[in-house]
Amino acid sequence: MSENPSPEIVDALLPEVAELIVAALNLDVAPSEIEADAPLFGDGLGLDSIDVLEIALVISKRYGFQLRSDNEDNVRIFTSLRTLSAHIASQRTK
Amino acid sequence: MNGVPLLGHASLDDIFAWRAAGPVHVRDFIAEAEALAALLPAGGHQLNVCHDRYRFTLGFAAGLLRGKTSLQPASQSAETLRQIEAACPDVYCLSDGEFDSLDLPRLDFPVLPAVDAAQVAKIPAIPGELIAARLFTSGSTGSPVAHDKTWGKLVLNGRAEAERLGLLQQPHSIVGTVPAQHSYGFESTVLLALHGNSPFWSGKPFYPQDIVAALSAVPAPRLLVTTPFHLSALLAAGLELPAVDLLLSATAPLSAQLARDAEAACRAPLLEVYGSTESGQLASRRTTADLAWDLLPGVALEQQDETTFAVGGHVEGRVPLSDLIEIRADGRFLLHGRHADLINIAGKRTSLAYLNHQITAIAGVVDAAFFLPDEESVDGITRLCAFVVAPGLSSRQIVGELRQRIDPIFLPRPLVLLDELPRNSTGKLPRNHLQALYAEKVTHVDR
Repeated sequence: MSENPSPEIVDALLPEVAELIVAALNLDVAPSEIEADAPLFGDGLGLDSIDVLEIALVISKRYGFQLRSDNEDNVRIFTSLRTLSAHIASQRTK
Repeated sequence: MNGVPLLGHASLDDIFAWRAAGPVHVRDFIAEAEALAALLPAGGHQLNVCHDRYRFTLGFAAGLLRGKTSLQPASQSAETLRQIEAACPDVYCLSDGEFDSLDLPRLDFPVLPAVDAAQVAKIPAIPGELIAARLFTSGSTGSPVAHDKTWGKLVLNGRAEAERLGLLQQPHSIVGTVPAQHSYGFESTVLLALHGNSPFWSGKPFYPQDIVAALSAVPAPRLLVTTPFHLSALLAAGLELPAVDLLLSATAPLSAQLARDAEAACRAPLLEVYGSTESGQLASRRTTADLAWDLLPGVALEQQDETTFAVGGHVEGRVPLSDLIEIRADGRFLLHGRHADLINIAGKRTSLAYLNHQITAIAGVVDAAFFLPDEESVDGITRLCAFVVAPGLSSRQIVGELRQRIDPIFLPRPLVLLDELPRNSTGKLPRNHLQALYAEKVTHVDR
């Protein structure tokens, strides 16, 4: 677990997290089609807060940590595949 | 003018709310509300989009002190903001975070000047007839429909709920996962803090770990105000929960199974609240004990033809309800679905809610929804479709079980097995989502 994961570590995690999102939400897209910096919400993948809780559950089981929002915008780490992967890289315990 | 106190507390030194920095006492709250009131713009309508529950309530109270109406739309979309601006040209927006308020006059939540709470001598009174809040429903024509709530009626609503939950005898610390602006969260966190003697946690926890942290941050006894959606995520996370003394759920029907699981996990009773934005809260039930609802103190139901009206107590006027209601001899009532759910196939009538109840009661069915497609088939009989989440069951098995429960005319053709249903953020299944699902899964199937 490191506070500031290197870009290489985050890049390496992208395909795995994309696959996890697609599987958790049963999305009708290929994991490779999710662009690293495209928004996951709104015009991007169109996720909503139900999806966020679904993904949060899968992440906690796979990577061994619980997501926290500390009452800030609870979807900020879900801005893009890259922000989510960076958060996982910095928090994972397994 | 008939004055109704801003707060129901007996002492200025009671705790009104909990923030990360610690407790806020009633006198602190009043001093800060008065300081904020002096900084508010002149407009008579306040669109208060503060995320923080304490700042929202401070803005609400400051507005009351200035005789303003709090506008609380169902959505904060640009389209809604434009409609509100057209209807209330003097509206301004009070915000404590990022929010696209378009061109509305805007007050970013200010740093309040130092206040001397020791100078506060009494709880202020607010005119009971002041329109304190205007809540909106989406309406059927595309324009939001306004529902005005006077301060006097809001206080009655808060006190009726507090009495039902036992908070007047035993105050609880409230942790809410729902926004302060929407009717359920407004009633069950803001009004309960103002007139139910029960301090709320200022945050709005979202992730399961946030909910655990918020519960840990406030003293027992604790009341968790939540929805089936948040509750099910909380239980699925399998975290160790701090002691919860009472659970409250609303906004979408709660399955008996989730209610049982929640009560077992929290070792606390779970109450469901029934109400609507139009009528305010009307009744509660303990889902694991009884399907019948108990009316809140002061509220009554009247029936005329096929419509049920709520009257009395904190209800503003005589409000028609969109649910099919069976009033029992003992005055309690049963919900049989909404009017919009009514189905008539070949002369036989039922409701989608009834069918959904039947199919989800089948062992092994996790979630399910019946759907009546828009299209008309050639012989004038449109068949129902059902979308079902039931890992381990085949559609043949499910239809076999259903055959035991419902009239054959309502058996789904087809029954589509899915991994999950497209529920929205409040756990509801909008008809257009089902229509889209139908178009995707059914229309192209060769028959």
